Amino acid sequence: MELLVSDWWLFDEISRYFLPEGSTRRWVMFGTILLGISSGVIGTFAFLRKQSLLSDAMAHAALPGICLVYMLTGVKDPLLFLVGASATGLLGAMIVTEIPRHTRIKSDTAIGLVLSIFFACGIVLLTVIQKNFGGNQAGLDSFLFGKAALLVRYDLYVIGITCLLLIGITLLFYKEFKLLTFDRGFAITLGLPAKRLELLITLLIVLAVMVGLQAVGVVLMVAMLIFPAAAARQWTDQLGMMIVIAAFIGAFAGVVGSFCSAIITKVPTGPVMVVVCSIMLIFSMFFAPNRGLIPKWLRLHRNRQRIRRENILKSCYKTCEQRGDWEVIFSIKDFTAYFKFSNYTTKQLLRYLVKKQHIVSQKNGWQLTPQGLEAAKQIIRKHRLWEVYLTEKMDIASDHVHRDAEDIEHAISNEILKQLEKELKSPTQDPHGRSIPVNGGNSRERKTT
Amino acid sequence: MARESRKIEDETVADVHDLTVSYHIHPVLWNVDFQVPRGKLMAIVGPNGAGKSTLIKAMLGIVPTTTGWVKIFNEPYQKVRNRIGYVPQRGSVDWDFPTTAIDVVTMGRYGKIGWFRRPGKTDREISYTYLEKVGMQDFAKRQISQLSGGQQQRVFLARALAQEADIYFMDEPFAGVDVVTEKAIVNLLFELREQSKTVIVVHHDLQTVKEYFDWILLLNMRKVAIGNIEDTFTEENLRKTYGGKLAILSKAANAMTKGRVDGTIG
Repeated sequence: MELLVSDWWLFDEISRYFLPEGSTRRWVMFGTILLGISSGVIGTFAFLRKQSLLSDAMAHAALPGICLVYMLTGVKDPLLFLVGASATGLLGAMIVTEIPRHTRIKSDTAIGLVLSIFFACGIVLLTVIQKNFGGNQAGLDSFLFGKAALLVRYDLYVIGITCLLLIGITLLFYKEFKLLTFDRGFAITLGLPAKRLELLITLLIVLAVMVGLQAVGVVLMVAMLIFPAAAARQWTDQLGMMIVIAAFIGAFAGVVGSFCSAIITKVPTGPVMVVVCSIMLIFSMFFAPNRGLIPKWLRLHRNRQRIRRENILKSCYKTCEQRGDWEVIFSIKDFTAYFKFSNYTTKQLLRYLVKKQHIVSQKNGWQLTPQGLEAAKQIIRKHRLWEVYLTEKMDIASDHVHRDAEDIEHAISNEILKQLEKELKSPTQDPHGRSIPVNGGNSRERKTT
Repeated sequence: MARESRKIEDETVADVHDLTVSYHIHPVLWNVDFQVPRGKLMAIVGPNGAGKSTLIKAMLGIVPTTTGWVKIFNEPYQKVRNRIGYVPQRGSVDWDFPTTAIDVVTMGRYGKIGWFRRPGKTDREISYTYLEKVGMQDFAKRQISQLSGGQQQRVFLARALAQEADIYFMDEPFAGVDVVTEKAIVNLLFELREQSKTVIVVHHDLQTVKEYFDWILLLNMRKVAIGNIEDTFTEENLRKTYGGKLAILSKAANAMTKGRVDGTIG
């Protein structure tokens, strides 16, 4: 509560980062940023290689390693922890890959198996340590959810150097990793040592997971690896760009995570970083252009509206054609009854057609304009040509073809239309005996005959 | 077929000797022997599961061999990698990978670029000319998942061309492609032959064998026949490839697998 005493508390907290006594905070934030970047960079490859779950198993498998190292040595050295965690993490990964090769257990089960067994062992060891090693153990259980604020200068050196190493190696092997991930067989024919490179990638993933354990914790570390990559994938189709975006998202999560953990007591860093990442992932999934759900939905909606407008024009044409009168005035009821659209939708569609000057609004309804008539002819022409094509070239009975043409008329491009005309030698009648209109043609004149 | 003494002529570019391949412990290719002369378009033809893809993968070292050896240009393939081009099956990669058509073609240059270095401007330009050659220059910057099946196949072909090799291995390049692509591929094959390059193609369409190729390897877990189309692509050889003896051979393979599992065979 004392945080809220001043209106300026947030500003005060931020400004502390720039004061001399804020050096610890600066270092911690620096560490989590590096962590975010390196997990974003390597996570991109873990994500593309579909190793997300494997990474999760490795993260959980790290816990017993940390506990064992502590029980054996009795010191809390981040370098030793890193070694212990990597050892059991790699062991877990090896078991996951070996189980499906030698037994009938599939790899998803193997991952679940390894994850829970190693994690359970870790928790048991943690309680043993708590009982037998007394208060000294404080900090070990922060490996569960991470506590960046507890990091000391030496931890940060280890984290920083490892992260820089990870980023450096990934950039060095960028071209090789890319080829191997995309096309393993081709990579082998070029002489890349596929097995050794794959081992290197797994090793890098293990290191990225392990180095994040103190700040993020074993339970959630996989999210830091996968979420930035998954979010970045929504925004770009270029591997290089994807890595950059993932690194940025990871770094941003690091900033927010360490900040929250510093200003609010007892807030663990890991969950905050993961929440930040997941918000960005969810945002990306919804709003990213091309891949996002909302742009996708909008495209779908626009397309549906276009088809509906085309259908309205088409129905106008058909009515006119039937009555032999090209100046029929349609009421809104004609459309709502025919299409079963709501009043609102219909009015929306008609408004758009008026704006495009395909129809004009009259006193008691709507009427096709010459442009509207041309547009309608185009659609009808596609429909009836397609019907001819199906009956003539594909030997389909004439009573089977209307339904197909109903869909295809909205999809046929002008290029395909030209091909159809050429192949069918521009027929004038569809299989049902109705005339096929020609653009700019003489159907208007027929009302006089 | 009498076993002739193998004479390696000057013009032999690929020499396969007593090649046996097993997946895990199940044998898929038995003691395959053959030579391919320079400048031929060779089809590998056989029924499903005959080991056609496996054969070229084994020749290129993608799958391990149990016995036998392969020589290309009279050297083990490791020594002549720079002279080998490869078109894998289109379905063997994830086309949603974040990369563009021109990027994929540039991968064909990676072998020449070497470790750690980035592809340079000349590599880009070379890749672009090969993309043009397969008629895909307008799609250079397109994400590969947005290409049609035939276009993806042409990108793979351009990548192999970018390798500027002397011998090409192609795994079902005609599978599931449109007419335009099929024509484009055939023309490229003929062009490669004119440059006296050798092309080995896994092919599944018996109808077009005579039209596209001048050399053929009939394969069904073992070599049935190899030679020029007129003498080798005969009804009798086809019967041998597609019917008959296969049943016993696969039974034997199963027995061998079982024997290895039970430990009766070493």
